[in-house]
Amino acid sequence: MLKEICQGKSGCFALLIVLTLIGTALFGPYISPYDPLEIRVDEILQPPSLKHPLGTDLLGRDVLSRMIYGARISLEVSLVAVGLSLLIGVFLGAIAGYFGGIIDQIISRFIDIMLCFPTIFLILAVIAYLEPSILNIMIIIGLTSWMGIARLVRAEILSLKEREFVLAAKIYGASSMRIIFRHLLPNALPPVLVSASLGMGNAILIESALSFLGIGVQPPIPSWGNMLIEGKETLEVAWWLSFFPGLAILLTVLAFILLGERIQEIVNPKRK
Amino acid sequence: MLTYLIKRFLILLVTLWGVTVISFGILHLAPGGPLTPLTEFNPKITPEYREKLIKMYGLDKPLHLQYLNWLKGIIKLDFGRSFSLDQRPVWDKIKERLPVTLLINTLALILILLISIPLGVLSAVKSGTRFDQIFTFLTFFGYAMPSFWLALLLMLIFGVKLQWLPISGLHSIVGYEKMSLFEKILDWTKHLLCPLFVATFGGIAGFSRYLRNSMLEVLKADYITYARAKGLPERVILYKHAMRNALLPMITLLGLSLPGLIGGSVIFETIFGIPGLGQLMWQAVMSRDYPVIMANLLLVSFLTLLGNFLADIGYALADPRIRLSEKK
Repeated sequence: MLKEICQGKSGCFALLIVLTLIGTALFGPYISPYDPLEIRVDEILQPPSLKHPLGTDLLGRDVLSRMIYGARISLEVSLVAVGLSLLIGVFLGAIAGYFGGIIDQIISRFIDIMLCFPTIFLILAVIAYLEPSILNIMIIIGLTSWMGIARLVRAEILSLKEREFVLAAKIYGASSMRIIFRHLLPNALPPVLVSASLGMGNAILIESALSFLGIGVQPPIPSWGNMLIEGKETLEVAWWLSFFPGLAILLTVLAFILLGERIQEIVNPKRK
Repeated sequence: MLTYLIKRFLILLVTLWGVTVISFGILHLAPGGPLTPLTEFNPKITPEYREKLIKMYGLDKPLHLQYLNWLKGIIKLDFGRSFSLDQRPVWDKIKERLPVTLLINTLALILILLISIPLGVLSAVKSGTRFDQIFTFLTFFGYAMPSFWLALLLMLIFGVKLQWLPISGLHSIVGYEKMSLFEKILDWTKHLLCPLFVATFGGIAGFSRYLRNSMLEVLKADYITYARAKGLPERVILYKHAMRNALLPMITLLGLSLPGLIGGSVIFETIFGIPGLGQLMWQAVMSRDYPVIMANLLLVSFLTLLGNFLADIGYALADPRIRLSEKK
């Protein structure tokens, strides 16, 4: 699979960025040049230099170190959020598609209802009632982003369930749950993989938007989104504070989208 | 057609009901009930007064009665009073901000269509060429671009470095009263350029890519081959036969893209200091002004729902397969 992804130029680029991100998140503490929380009053707002490759912020903290730490937060949040949305989406989509009838009606209406809320508004409303802790943000993003996956899985199962191998499984007496989870879902895996990759990009975008609005990851914990708040305040004097964290978000999201697109091409060559 | 519309309308009602139920549920998420945020840190509110408030808001009644009461208020556009210092009715606050958000989003939608339709068709026609490759790359770029960062970059380039455009508000504050009508329009335009750019950027990527794929799909159809075989000029085939069919699904996409568009308002209104619904929502969340938050959430989801319903009607009107299906 990895080899195949790397055959395309864009796939290779995407894979490189995603692997770099994972590496950065895993080994952050060993590779970051400074402590991301260390305040140095004598080094505030330093432009990029050899000593501080991406400059320093208002409190003299090293931007590169903070971004390395932020990569970990972003990846953590989006992994848990996407995991949760996969869990809900695959489960609801599978039973809606397999059982049909009234169960399908109820689940499909529920999806329609959830899709009516502009995600950002819904998340904002929920966060206003809860604490904006990292755990809450992961859960809320997960709870508000499963609808697309549910629809996708439902459609896949609908088209698969009339096939002979399902009939065969029924004849030898397999239970509904066994048919869904052992026979149908593995066949629906490729499109789910694609939307999981796109979902990672989306979750990172939402997390950083929330943090930028001041209701996501809270300072002093650095995240790419909340680093940009300082960037906005110091726009006139320190361009690097608003440039680099945003660039990191853009490249990461772009990588996940391209990766999803590449997986799509591999598992479904007709689409190309 | 009529049956289709009635069915759509019934679905609309069910969805509407679901939206109110979920919103009501969020209202009761606060630990200790919806009054806690109002009373918790307020020393002026004694336990007796709290009891009175609970009676007043009907919080001692069973949940389903509370829901019905709440719903009755909403139908009369009574969302209660804001928790902020001015304590104004929530609906008044929303009323004065709604036009700005609607104006910007409508303008954005028009711009998105004007730009993405030619782009999408062109890249489908030139599929596989250099232009198409660059276009595809740019659309991914558009998907991935964080709108708040784009806004910051625009402020940095046009506001701070070049000083061409103002970076905040809807119009100038100093000297605005003395401007002529033309100057006022120019002033508004200057202020809205950056926000509109942010609001349209992602949309253009999504719409044009969708149209490109839809167009490619249509170009494979038998009737296009037939039209070619008949010897029709390529221009007629593309713009009369193919494009009209490729544009059909765009109507549905239009409805589906509304939540994203309205959601984006929160971000660009907050950054550019535009007094619209999005900024109101953000301010309300920051100050935990729950009545305003709930009213906002309900309103934007109603707007989305309405947009979807209109898109359904539009689709039915545009597609003869549905328009003429009466007799079946």
